[in-house]
Amino acid sequence: MTAAAAKKEWRIDAFVILLFVALGAFYALWGAAHATDRAFALQMWTALAAFVVGGLMVVVHLSRGPRPADIGSRYENGVVKAGVIASMFWGIAGFLVGLVIALQLAFPDIFYFADFGWLNFGRLRPLHTNAVIFAFGGNVLIATSFYVVQRTCRARLAGGLWPWFVFWGFQLVILLAGTGYLEGITQGREYAELPWYTDIWLTIVWVAYLLVFLATIWKRQEKHIYVANWFYLAFIVTIAMLHLVNNMAIPVSFSGWFSYSLFSGVQDALTQWWYGHNAVGFFLTAGFLAIMYYFVPKQADRPVYSYRLSIVHFWALIFLYIWAGPHHLHYTALPQWAQTLGMTFSIMLWMPSWGGMINGLMTLSGAWDKLRTDPVLRMLVVSVAFYGMSTFEGPVMSIRAVNSLSHYTDWTIGHVHSGALGWVGFVSFGALYCLVPWLWKRKQLYSNALVEWHFWLSTIGIVLYITSMWVAGIMQGLMWRAYNEFGFLEYSFVETVEAMHPYYIIRAAGGGLFLVGALVMAYNLWRTATGAAPAHERASDVPAAAVAAE
Amino acid sequence: MWSFHKWFERHSLILIVGILLVVSIGGLVQITPLFFIESTIERVDGVRPYTPLELAGRRVYIREGCYVCHSQMIRPLRDEVERYGHYSLAAESMYDHPFQWGSKRSGPDLARVGGRYSDEWHRAHLVDPRSVVPESVMPPYAFLANADVDATQMDDHVRTNRLLNVPYTDEQLANAETDALAQAQPMGEHAFDFEQRYPGVAVRDFDGNPERVTEMDALIAYLQMLGTGVDFNAYQADTPENRR
Repeated sequence: MTAAAAKKEWRIDAFVILLFVALGAFYALWGAAHATDRAFALQMWTALAAFVVGGLMVVVHLSRGPRPADIGSRYENGVVKAGVIASMFWGIAGFLVGLVIALQLAFPDIFYFADFGWLNFGRLRPLHTNAVIFAFGGNVLIATSFYVVQRTCRARLAGGLWPWFVFWGFQLVILLAGTGYLEGITQGREYAELPWYTDIWLTIVWVAYLLVFLATIWKRQEKHIYVANWFYLAFIVTIAMLHLVNNMAIPVSFSGWFSYSLFSGVQDALTQWWYGHNAVGFFLTAGFLAIMYYFVPKQADRPVYSYRLSIVHFWALIFLYIWAGPHHLHYTALPQWAQTLGMTFSIMLWMPSWGGMINGLMTLSGAWDKLRTDPVLRMLVVSVAFYGMSTFEGPVMSIRAVNSLSHYTDWTIGHVHSGALGWVGFVSFGALYCLVPWLWKRKQLYSNALVEWHFWLSTIGIVLYITSMWVAGIMQGLMWRAYNEFGFLEYSFVETVEAMHPYYIIRAAGGGLFLVGALVMAYNLWRTATGAAPAHERASDVPAAAVAAE
Repeated sequence: MWSFHKWFERHSLILIVGILLVVSIGGLVQITPLFFIESTIERVDGVRPYTPLELAGRRVYIREGCYVCHSQMIRPLRDEVERYGHYSLAAESMYDHPFQWGSKRSGPDLARVGGRYSDEWHRAHLVDPRSVVPESVMPPYAFLANADVDATQMDDHVRTNRLLNVPYTDEQLANAETDALAQAQPMGEHAFDFEQRYPGVAVRDFDGNPERVTEMDALIAYLQMLGTGVDFNAYQADTPENRR
């Protein structure tokens, strides 16, 4: 591509981006001027500042013309680098908020301010869940998908400046969401707390994401679309569907944040958990399985174990997952037929989940010895093992009789974190440890010893976390249903709260270790990128595994 | 037989259409019938739309993320029914946009907390939870008592709910703003009219501060009505039409 052609192409893209930015800025200004409450005004001023800065960035970029580094380079690496940095930043922020709310439950007298609601548990908990799932996980997914799709299609990212629009647009979603939660702006739907206007902005960004990803696939120089990209596509498309349906709402006013959901009561509940469970299924599973399908074969230097298993696993997983939502509503006012359907499909889901785990683990056939020497590969493999563990635990907990004990307790929290810290966390860390030397052109990481430290700190942290929550959850469930010899309930509710105290402390310690591990990682990656490791130009940027395994 | 899959691997649009078809089925089969099967929501008397003040209290409940630690869904299990009261019916949340059933009990279920404690207890508990429940891990909400309830947009809130088929009358809509304040001012000039529009609803100074109508008033008004609508002495859970 010549410099002139590149410049011309970018101008059209930049023009459309500027149009969106201008529309956004115009609305933000109008909203700030007519705001019905202070919190909404603050959101609009934040958005306006972001749009102005974003617009200036585009203009400066245009006036400078294409950077020398971009001319003739095969792949767009800048946006992937930005995604790696953002992942690390939001990851640490999200883990930190998680630690704070764990400490709030353990020591409620210390971490609260009676005259100041911003840091109360009810506001910080959505901040934590959204920061780790969508800010950390989302940036990992955007960064890795942009990296993987280029290598497996042997094509540069499509759309000129649009990948950057996706990246910065997503950061704006995070900024509005995070500051909004602190101010109490929420829809009151778990994992879908974003208010209606941020939902609309996210929809625009997400459609752009899909188009950039698809257009890159259209440019591919490979006949086949690699298996990782199937999973990325399923993740992007299904999340769009879930987001649009679950967030249907009528705002009270276009200059205020509050909205009323379109559905109510039982229908709203099932819609929400259809969304909620598949945020797990498609955001935290399908997307990260795509990471597994690229980075495990790459790092192990082996092809994917079974092509056919990946086909069966893919279609079975996405078909079955969608049905599993009602297991969040066992014994509620949801009709029993729906609960039974949800339970049945949740149990069936065990099979494709383990199919994926087997495909990932068996990819190491003939390379198992690398686990001793390569801590990054070990992290990836342990993540798959955690995936297997939590996708076994999930179906067990979806059985109605088990659920009657586990539901509403901390067992659920423990289960979620074995998946979130063990699977999503470790597979993300593994991918980031791979990406930084590749992107910053280093021969190796600054320190493998620090990766070992990270691995063991985090693993011990996870074990403390999930075991304490198992014990606490099962104990609380049993205490709730305990009867004394006279046939009365044995414990008052608050006695069960009191009994949780030591486990809440152990949990906070586990979370603290996990956070320290992530800080060690950030230091290691920073030293790698800034040049403490020897420079190294990769001979080929095209991975062996990029050819569809046949 | 595996070669058919090349159609998906070589054509991104076929792949996307395939994905969309496969992921649509579950939701369509599970969710859409809930809107059409009549027995999904029981037919009971006593479930009414929220008063404007309760609606404002519900907004505080959502804003502060109470659903994060408190469920509003009592399961038909022996210990829950004995601890919290009659199991929750679908009808009891049919005007809840959004639903607030919750998923975690760091604190107790609130589906039937209405009338269980005095207003005074709620006030003390919200200001400083550990002053009345020493083992509690709940955050303090003293700031609610210092924030005036925002009644200016009340008609918009009621109108939006009416759009969503919550049966507010024209009168209730027209007087939403005054009603929001009247419910917490039993000696006020609009108390009588309010009682006409919302028969049987409690009119009290919920936060114990007659000077102002605060978010504390609104939240306590909401909490005190939770689960009080249906008369379970008259409700027959075992009749065929109520069996689910």
